[in-house]
Amino acid sequence: MNLHEYQARELLARYGIPVPRGEVAETPEQALAIAQRLAGGGPVMVKAQVHAGGRGKAGGVKRAKDAAEAARHAATILGMTIKGLTVRKVLVVPAADIATESYAGIVVDRESRRPALMISAAGGVDIEEVAARTPERIHRLAVDPRYGLLPHQALTLGFQLYGELAQARAAAGILEKLYAAFYGVGASLAEINPLATTPDGQVVALDAKIVIDDNELDRRPDIAALRDATAEAPSEARAREAGLTFIKLDGAVGCCVNGAGLAMATMDLVKYYGGEPANFLDIGGSSNPQKVVNALRIITADPNVTAILFNIFGGITRCDDVANGIVEATRQLSLKVPLVIRLTGTNEAEAVQILTAAGFSALTDMDEAVKRAVAAAKARAA
Amino acid sequence: MSIFIDQHTRLLVQGITGRDGSFHTRQMIAYGTNVVAGVTPGKGGQRFDGATPIYHTVADAARETNPNTAVIYVPAAGAASAIFEAADAGISLIVCITEGIPVLDITKVLPYLHERGARLIGPNCPGLISPGKSKVGIIPGNICKPGRIGVVSRSGTLTYEIIHQLSSRGYGQSTCVGIGGDPLIGTSFTECLGAFEADPETQAVVMIGEIGGTDEQQAGEFVRRAMTKPVIGFIAGQTAPPGRRMGHAGAIISGSSGTAAEKMAALQRAGISVMKRPADVVELLEQRL
Repeated sequence: MNLHEYQARELLARYGIPVPRGEVAETPEQALAIAQRLAGGGPVMVKAQVHAGGRGKAGGVKRAKDAAEAARHAATILGMTIKGLTVRKVLVVPAADIATESYAGIVVDRESRRPALMISAAGGVDIEEVAARTPERIHRLAVDPRYGLLPHQALTLGFQLYGELAQARAAAGILEKLYAAFYGVGASLAEINPLATTPDGQVVALDAKIVIDDNELDRRPDIAALRDATAEAPSEARAREAGLTFIKLDGAVGCCVNGAGLAMATMDLVKYYGGEPANFLDIGGSSNPQKVVNALRIITADPNVTAILFNIFGGITRCDDVANGIVEATRQLSLKVPLVIRLTGTNEAEAVQILTAAGFSALTDMDEAVKRAVAAAKARAA
Repeated sequence: MSIFIDQHTRLLVQGITGRDGSFHTRQMIAYGTNVVAGVTPGKGGQRFDGATPIYHTVADAARETNPNTAVIYVPAAGAASAIFEAADAGISLIVCITEGIPVLDITKVLPYLHERGARLIGPNCPGLISPGKSKVGIIPGNICKPGRIGVVSRSGTLTYEIIHQLSSRGYGQSTCVGIGGDPLIGTSFTECLGAFEADPETQAVVMIGEIGGTDEQQAGEFVRRAMTKPVIGFIAGQTAPPGRRMGHAGAIISGSSGTAAEKMAALQRAGISVMKRPADVVELLEQRL
């Protein structure tokens, strides 16, 4: 789950990391009031709060010389669309005078199987670009989770960023707190970019990004409550509530599959046979007919879909349960696009019988089913 | 032979009385797996289906029944704790089926197991099966048949699809291992490939990877350097968009190294025959055998 910048800043501040105070506005009037209150009429930054990278390039981050200009910037940015997502909130924060910009981040490193701290004195820009072009400018440390980030390790990293002791110590303190926050909130990514120094030598976190591991949400209701459902695509929010994993794509063949790997392989096969998948959808291991109903409802809500493909490999999932779900779903929803069904594995014969009785035909070969779905989608679109 | 499990496997089931645990325990017993005990705190002293003894703790079960393998069907909230408990009781192979365990829990589990010399398979995996000998986990026994092909995969149903292709065209399996779809897992492709290389019964290996991470590239490097047996590969997720998690927590393209195209190229460079679609598996295998 992605957090907004303002939420990430608040969490880091709670762990003792110095973060300049900002507030969120949903209207230009609120932005004006916040700018006056926090900056006394001085310059502020107005920043779009949206789950997309490249906000600055898209015009979603602007500097205002005074409160009136902050209100005008807020009016421009609110309602703007960045990478398909509408901006509903802006963060208003006093503009800091910046001497240097660095980067600090933590991710779980799959190779070392440990949390890895990454720092770079080249912050403030796209860190992936720095990593790709000048990897030597990024320092990494895989932390042993049994002992955590040790003080001397943090200080060594601090000196990689700053030559001066007070600043190196300040950075080390921030890294230790960032590590504590990483485990404390259940993050899969926590980063400060830029980690800035001010002309008077303070080290502060000017921008923050935190991604929470979805598997942490059940045991952290306070973090789960930070979810902003308005910042997600509506179809994906509905699927999440229905217990399905759904990702919308741009093609015409709606896909409904059990298992994530098979779902990806099915999408790939649609492409292989000249079609484009409309979505990724994993109905999971359960055979609950209601899940099939919900899945079909979400797929058919996409106007681009001109054919729907079911691909079910019955292992634990029983094919006859899925067949009953399909029959039930088509009773509840009036389907306007052709349905191609492939079922194989546990209780396949019963499933074919159920579907045939309801007027559907069922295939057992994956390639044959995908070919037919692609052809059906093209015939409809033509 | 086979890898990791065989007719000598003595299995302990953690979470044996739960909905999933009880269903799959019956399937495993029906397949012929030697299930020696189960654990459900609070149900110690009872018997599962009137036969298999149940204990409150893994330590009790281990002392009384001497299992060498544990399989975990405990819900996500308690699954990491169940892995620690199995390792603490000296069990050397721990298979965790449970999906949804926080990754940060696994960062603490892995060094704990390493210190005790235990191997974890999973989490979020279908387990493994050595056809005709033993089944630990949830892979349907009826699609497998005994033979000489090793199968290792990050996925569940996609693995069944490929096993089905193999079995229906006469290629049985030595062992099929599902290593799990999470970003951090106990046993990598490379470790499984090494075990298959050392297993005299295995003649060739099919590895089924997906987008995200670099485990497949490392496996390719291992194949190039150290494997004599033919390897056939598949990578799922060629149509996956970057930055979106495709169901599995580990299936996410970040940067360029996690894409399907990059992985397929790396496997090809290592001399692995790469399938374009699951139905190609037998044809490629026959070219290499």
